[in-house]
Amino acid sequence: MKRNLILGLVLSSLVVLAAGLSFVWTPFDHAALNIPDKLQRPNAEHWFGTDHFGRDLFSMIMVGARTSIAVAFVAVGIGMAAGVPLGLAAAAHKGSWLDELIMRGNDLVFAFPSLVIAILITAVFGAGAINAIIAIGIFNIPVFARITRGGALSLWEREFILAARVAGKGAARISAEHILPNIANLLIVQGTIQFSLGILAEAGLSYVGLGAQPPTPSWGRMLADAQTMVSFAPHLALIPGSAIIVTVLGLNLMGDGLRDWLDPRLRVTR
Amino acid sequence: MLRYTLKRFLSLLISLAIASLVIFAVVEVAPGDPASFMLGINAQPDTIAALRSELGLDVSRPERYLNWVGGLLQGDFGTSYTYRTPVSDMIADRLWVSLPLALYALTLSTLIALPAGIYAAARRGRAGDVVTMGATQLGVAVPNFWFAMILVLIFAINLRWFAAGGFVGWDQGLIAGLHSLTLPAIALALPQASILARVMRSSLLDILGEDFMRTARAKGLTRRQALWRHGVRNALIPVLTIIGLQFSFLLAGSIIIEQVFYLPGLGRLVFQAISSRDLIVVESVVMLLVFAVIVVNFAVDLAYALVDPRLRVRS
Amino acid sequence: MTLLRIKDLSLQIAGKPILKDVSFDIGAGEIVAVTGESGSGKSMTALAVMRLEPDRSSVSGSILFDEVEILTQTEAQMCGVRGQAVGMVFQEPMTALNPVKTIGDQVAETILVHGAASKAEAMARARDLLNRVGLPEDRFPLSRYPHELSGGQRQRVVIAMAIALRPRLLIADEPTTALDVTTQAQILDLLKDLVREYGMGLLIITHDLAVVAELADRIVVMRYGEVVETGATAALLANMQHPYTRMLFAASGHQVTLPERQDAPPLLEVRNAVRDYRLPRTRLFQPPETFRAVNDVSFALHKGERLGLVGESGCGKSTLTRAILGLEEVQSGQILLDGEPVFAGHKPNLSVRRKMQVVFQDPFGSFNPRHRVDRLITEPFHLQDSPPTGSERSDRIAEMLVAVGLSPDDAGKYIHQFSGGQRQRIAIARALIIRPELILFDEAVSALDVSVRAQILDLLAELCETYNLTYLFISHDLSVVRTVTDRVLVMKSGEIVEQGDTEAVFGAPSHPYTRSLIEAAPVLPDLETFSRSI
Repeated sequence: MKRNLILGLVLSSLVVLAAGLSFVWTPFDHAALNIPDKLQRPNAEHWFGTDHFGRDLFSMIMVGARTSIAVAFVAVGIGMAAGVPLGLAAAAHKGSWLDELIMRGNDLVFAFPSLVIAILITAVFGAGAINAIIAIGIFNIPVFARITRGGALSLWEREFILAARVAGKGAARISAEHILPNIANLLIVQGTIQFSLGILAEAGLSYVGLGAQPPTPSWGRMLADAQTMVSFAPHLALIPGSAIIVTVLGLNLMGDGLRDWLDPRLRVTR
Repeated sequence: MLRYTLKRFLSLLISLAIASLVIFAVVEVAPGDPASFMLGINAQPDTIAALRSELGLDVSRPERYLNWVGGLLQGDFGTSYTYRTPVSDMIADRLWVSLPLALYALTLSTLIALPAGIYAAARRGRAGDVVTMGATQLGVAVPNFWFAMILVLIFAINLRWFAAGGFVGWDQGLIAGLHSLTLPAIALALPQASILARVMRSSLLDILGEDFMRTARAKGLTRRQALWRHGVRNALIPVLTIIGLQFSFLLAGSIIIEQVFYLPGLGRLVFQAISSRDLIVVESVVMLLVFAVIVVNFAVDLAYALVDPRLRVRS
Repeated sequence: MTLLRIKDLSLQIAGKPILKDVSFDIGAGEIVAVTGESGSGKSMTALAVMRLEPDRSSVSGSILFDEVEILTQTEAQMCGVRGQAVGMVFQEPMTALNPVKTIGDQVAETILVHGAASKAEAMARARDLLNRVGLPEDRFPLSRYPHELSGGQRQRVVIAMAIALRPRLLIADEPTTALDVTTQAQILDLLKDLVREYGMGLLIITHDLAVVAELADRIVVMRYGEVVETGATAALLANMQHPYTRMLFAASGHQVTLPERQDAPPLLEVRNAVRDYRLPRTRLFQPPETFRAVNDVSFALHKGERLGLVGESGCGKSTLTRAILGLEEVQSGQILLDGEPVFAGHKPNLSVRRKMQVVFQDPFGSFNPRHRVDRLITEPFHLQDSPPTGSERSDRIAEMLVAVGLSPDDAGKYIHQFSGGQRQRIAIARALIIRPELILFDEAVSALDVSVRAQILDLLAELCETYNLTYLFISHDLSVVRTVTDRVLVMKSGEIVEQGDTEAVFGAPSHPYTRSLIEAAPVLPDLETFSRSI
């Protein structure tokens, strides 16, 4: 199954490269209006064609990748930074009021899909890419807390943790020294999955106007703009959609591949 | 069983109470006074004061919270700041689009995913498995609103099998109503079905490795008999959790899909409310969505006990 | 008459040979025991007879059952054989039953799947079968679920399923390994009775030579996928041909000689210790009930003494171990080491903890797989105020590795590079490195093969000599406790029912529970008497 990992890596790095390159070079200025060239199909000059303002779609896709990656990346960061310590603490004090509190809190956050959080934030503070980050990030917290707790709990039963306790080490130290390194694989894999979900969520939020606002380019908003023109300019919908699919597919393949590759049960030991 | 149900119910009530507090608190910190916003900048202070008291804004925060929750319990969601009509009426109309859509999608998703997952697990590593899993891998990556646009392009604009948007209304009959929700439901269901099929497959594969599956084979059951009689029911336990979670995704997702199909659902309502800063509507719709999610998860917890006798504690 | 004839059976999984030219026979009404250490291929032989070997395996040779070649049967034909002509009982009763189906349904299924009776008849026969295997109707109605039964009771259900259609051959793969001795004795008796009653052939797979010697008519000894020796029980025991067989029997009954114990003041004192666990609430508004895992336990362990603690699962010995280690606090009573409490002010007392170390059962779960051996065995240094550093530290590591029979070079390796027995040596090195006053061995040799176990016991005796160890040896295995302890405590239902010098307790047990334990434990035959009697 190494094929998955390689294909996933190739696809994801393609997108990351495009995003990085867009800082220094794009074929055209992504924001430059050029009405005479509007609605061109993909051709030699405009590889992905142009939109109804004559903007170069390829450049917009490259710059849009920045937004998607930034939002999803920061949201995963928020989820990990808050969720992992919470999960570790809950597992270390299994059955205590702290564990109960964290897990109940988790259940509660799960009742707020990120779209709902985004709606609330936007209604109160107005729209913007930051909202998307916060909304997706908050929803990521219980995901990481849960997976951390699950992984940590099975480790706390293991005898090497008992041995560390007999050596006088406290819960915090054991969590950092023994638990975290042994669930790192789990977190990396989940991180990839949440990253791809973040890309999808950002696209959805931008599509309904709750995410990145103009002039920040975003794949979701490109699709929203394309909607009325889909019957006569389908490439306006097909191309940003494919960009999202390629990115998410790449990340998911990478996650699956990483899981298989990192899973010690699937590797031959000794 | 009764004790388990009571315990779950208690936690349902606590979740609802906390969720309502959180929503109320978030809306409370919103800058600006709804009354002055509604009346514009030229309004007289006494007109504003009158409107404030009409909207119930002139009392303390705890009191306002209790009034709001008390109203919710009686089905009174307050009065829209912009339309000056009861929010409950506005929601009721829209709910009859959004809720059926989410349930339709959930049904489709489950009906597609469970057989697909079982099929793939039964044919693990063979062509049928590889093809099914490849399809779900793609399905997971497709944004549902984009998929909806493509469906419209193919089935509405080119083939003209369905209308490109809008909702005929339930008074046209069940079939006509379902027909106009079919494309949106498919768009919502397929990505979720892909996730569910993957969960079903891996859950079933885990179960197939259990000792009791070997016991079943040692009794003389064929692979297929063992899979259906002993594997599937055990494998459903984690799948139920995902189905519960998916309901919240589908309900939220329906808000986005409604935009693609111009459906008069909760999504349209909430976006109009956001642009007119009609916070009481936003607050109520959000509460309703959260309520639906919490109740569905409660139902899932009860379903667990039906599937898994270990949760039914004898008293 | 020969019921099962296995001839030149070879099996490969993904090209890797697992079985090589295995041959033996089983007659009707005969009990044949296949024995050997882990990796000998004994379980795979049993699975091959059922044609339930893993996917991707290729089988050659011949398995004749009732003059019919099993290896050429189609899968559909095999489904007719399994459960009908050949029944099977597995090792792990806790996971061998489907958790979401009633025991009645699961027993009746064997009958139904072979179309042997209507649903109602099948349920009636399931009832009779459960009665027969010792699960009477008043306490075990058909509507029970597996999680409501103990391990021994579940194994009875599995047996009922296996014998439902009176198969001509019953295969039992380590049927009692996961059970306590008293339960084990009952299950073995049940199997023996059923064999006589039904005239079945029984193929029993077990690593326990005492069980083999007591139960089997004939013995098959396997190693690395090959049969090394086979013969009628009495003849084989009297005249073992193969050195491996001799080694196996010698290791099973391995005895060590401990250095004399000196009189010394008490080191560990446990006074009236009580540990309760809260049970899940059964009524909403009443305080939850509690389960008393350790009930008023008192004993003393003197310096230089080797004390044993025996009892069956659930007797509270693990809880007591955790309490002594200061991992859990007792509700009342005191646990003192060198006069100091292990818990001071609801916190583990570090000055006491540095005087204690522990060796656990599981050689695979006892180590963080991401650390090297040097880091693993120096973990207890964390307890010391000024742990050794630099060359002093590496000297200590080398000394310990040598002391437990490993090489100083092993310090740089990861744990997965070691075998189970080597890992247990590393665990002992970790326990010894801070020269603790007291070591707890918690089922420390229970997961090891007999030959490895014998080596670890030798190591223990050696270390007693060089380091004058004081230890508490917790185990369910009476024969091991008998050889490595001076004094023994017998625990049942949270209480110590008997204590005294090991030889005295084992030789003349005074408490009825101790007596039942000793009677239930299968005993290796005295090989010399065997040779003489023939």
